Amino acid sequence: MILLANSLVTPAVGTLFWSAFIFILFFLLLTKFAWKPILSAVKARDEVIKSSLESAAKAREDMLKIQSDNESILRKAREERENILKEARDVRDKLISEAKGKATEEAEKLIEKARVGIENEKLKALSEIHEQVATLSVDIASKLLGEQLKPSGEQSKLIDNYLKEIDFKKN
Amino acid sequence: MKTRILFGFLFFLLINGSTISLFGQEVKGAGETTEKFDANTFILDHVADSHEWHILTKPNGENIALYLPVIVYTKNKGFYVFSSKKLAYGKVYKGFKIEEEGDLKGTIVIVNEEGVADEKNLPLDLSLTKTVVAMISAAIIGLLLFLSLARSYKKTGISHPKGMQSFLEPVILFIRDDIAIPNLGHKFEKYMPYLLTVFFFILINNLMGLIPTPPPFGAIVTGNIAITFILAICTFIVIQFSGNKMYWKHVFATPGVPFWLLPIMIPVEIIGLFTKPFALMIRLFANMVAGHFVSLSLISLIFIFGSLVLAPVSVLFVIFMDCLEVLVAFLQAYIFTLLSALFIGMAIQEEH
Repeated sequence: MILLANSLVTPAVGTLFWSAFIFILFFLLLTKFAWKPILSAVKARDEVIKSSLESAAKAREDMLKIQSDNESILRKAREERENILKEARDVRDKLISEAKGKATEEAEKLIEKARVGIENEKLKALSEIHEQVATLSVDIASKLLGEQLKPSGEQSKLIDNYLKEIDFKKN
Repeated sequence: MKTRILFGFLFFLLINGSTISLFGQEVKGAGETTEKFDANTFILDHVADSHEWHILTKPNGENIALYLPVIVYTKNKGFYVFSSKKLAYGKVYKGFKIEEEGDLKGTIVIVNEEGVADEKNLPLDLSLTKTVVAMISAAIIGLLLFLSLARSYKKTGISHPKGMQSFLEPVILFIRDDIAIPNLGHKFEKYMPYLLTVFFFILINNLMGLIPTPPPFGAIVTGNIAITFILAICTFIVIQFSGNKMYWKHVFATPGVPFWLLPIMIPVEIIGLFTKPFALMIRLFANMVAGHFVSLSLISLIFIFGSLVLAPVSVLFVIFMDCLEVLVAFLQAYIFTLLSALFIGMAIQEEH
């Protein structure tokens, strides 16, 4: 065990010198020519990955925002359309009802006018018929009587009386 | 792999009909009385640092080893650089010798003309030992790996990771996201190079130590206290240099402590500054050495009992231990890095 203590646990001067020299040289060379380029390459890559991830997340966010925007725009458009349609329907209904009212009114007016016209025409026709009938009656009577009755006041009065007795409504 | 090679080696022993020494002991021919196997020496020789990289010992006693350069300095004679082959088998070269027994076993000593070692006056030994060579190899492997990784990053730019990147990048990101950021907050970038270097330095060395052979694999670099000491010192320096006002206030005027307690508290806090890296040093060293100790002890069992019947059991246990050691290799690198980050984080935290 004394042997062990001596040969193993006592650092030899030469080994100390060489290991310090080798280790420090190893450290300096590696630091300058290996670790710096390696670490900076790894770091650069990490940064690229990080920034790409960030921009991807941002793009996704933007897309979501655009999507929700689209939706709201769509919804608004739909509402607008509904409104426009409703308005149009209202206008149409209003126009229709107005037109209907006007048409009815016009029609009624026309009908009224026609009725008045008809009434007038009727009256005119009736009076014409009266006249005609009177003339015909006089003609017939004169023929029958063989004499030319003069359309004097007495005769006309007589004819009128006859005619009054005739009920038009029977025809 | 370690076990497989050893298993094959055991059959080689049987066929040969002679006992050969893996362990630097004297070799006995067939029929001679075999020396008693000393597990302690066997294990320590494997774990300890050495001037040559022993691969195996041939039946005739020759070592197949990689002889590493010896660099020694003495005040009188100056620098000497020569192959450790000149010192192999206890030879003396230019007044130097590797001590083979005793407290100084494995160290280079100066011998005088009479062949007596001067144990008081040791030369400065800056040899490229097994541990140092293994560490240099690990550093080269690490540099090649990460420099080519950096180059591939220049090519791919910010596109997804390809090839080696997909293999190493998760580890780098793990250190960044699970070690640096939770402990260091927004200042983590400044400390990332240090944490990454420490982590991969320890990891590569740990894993290389698990592969038994050939060189540069198999040396227990992180099981050498000098290396863990240097790593801990580096963490210590980083902590002290990044410590802010809050940190020093906690050391020298701990808030909420009555002033008459300060004479006790200040030394305790100062000791606390050193215990943290000290714990780092011991933890890494002890864990890595312990794993190899267990594996080698299990292998030693075969030789202690001198029976092949035991070999399958030993081998199974060693396989199990090696799997565990792979886990420990990662775990210890992680723990060292995590604790370094934690201590630095404690030194730079803002007032709350």
